[in-house]
Amino acid sequence: MDSHAEHHVVPKSVYFAVFFTLIALTWVTAWISTKDLGSSSLNVAVALSIAVFKASLVVMFFMHVKYGTKLTKMIVCIGIVWLLMLLFIAMMDIWTRTWMGVPGR
Amino acid sequence: MDSHTAVAAKPHGAHAHPGYGELRHHFESFDQQKDSATIGMWVFLLTELMFFGGLFLAYFVYRQWYPEAFASASNKTDLWLGAFNTTVLICSSLTMALAVHAASMGKRILLVGFLIATLLLGGAFLGVKAYEYHDKWIHHEVPGEHFECEGCKDEVHTPLFFALYFGMTGLHASHMIIGFGILLVLIWQAWCGKFTTKWYTPIEMFGLYWHFVDIVWIFLFPLLYLIDRTGRTLL
Repeated sequence: MDSHAEHHVVPKSVYFAVFFTLIALTWVTAWISTKDLGSSSLNVAVALSIAVFKASLVVMFFMHVKYGTKLTKMIVCIGIVWLLMLLFIAMMDIWTRTWMGVPGR
Repeated sequence: MDSHTAVAAKPHGAHAHPGYGELRHHFESFDQQKDSATIGMWVFLLTELMFFGGLFLAYFVYRQWYPEAFASASNKTDLWLGAFNTTVLICSSLTMALAVHAASMGKRILLVGFLIATLLLGGAFLGVKAYEYHDKWIHHEVPGEHFECEGCKDEVHTPLFFALYFGMTGLHASHMIIGFGILLVLIWQAWCGKFTTKWYTPIEMFGLYWHFVDIVWIFLFPLLYLIDRTGRTLL
């Protein structure tokens, strides 16, 4: 088992580095939202990319997945895939209704 | 059973709370015991992910259908107060991570201190949230009979945004309130010295829960506060 030895070497400096990155990105995303980037979908893309990056930092370092077992990593990945299936398969319907001119929408 | 005798031989067998914090007989080692707990906790968190996922899906569907309503209603939220509150919640995630770190080092007072700091920062977050709810209440922005949204476009559908706003932030807040209850128990247990460097699984598992709640907010913040702040959709 390789996880145990690594569990205890996460230095506090890593936590602080992640923390300051998260704080900085919070204010960056708030500030960028007030700037017109040329299209509103670009604003959405930037805001969500920053959110995904922040969430990954929390999962990897605060939640120790980077230092966890392979099984933990697999479970986390499969869970995210499952959520994306929920969101994207449902949204495929919503997005394409207007393209195809389906009655009722 | 071999593993049974192995447990009895360990010095931890003479703990003040028999069974609590010791190696259970169905595990090979403390590592394996902790890995199992971690996997179990993650499976629980994935059910939570799908729980919130349903609300996020509802949000995406209605935002797709009524972009003007969502854009103008979102501009009613206080951007900088939201950013401040996100900062407070990230601070509480840091103190929680440091609490797990202190537990792994066996520093009891530091552990209790960081857990209390996490509780206080979480309380501060909910305090700001309560202020925001109150502000929406007095401006009649709560969906219902007296709903009003001054200067909003597509007024028929703006209540949808606020319904999702209260539903999602409310579910998030209720997770934090449940977290407070668990935190109080953990603070008491940590104070009594129930955790050792070998076994502090409840602290670590609660840390996972708390960080998960933080992640939900990391997505709620851009989705609820940051829609179309430049007013492009509303032109």
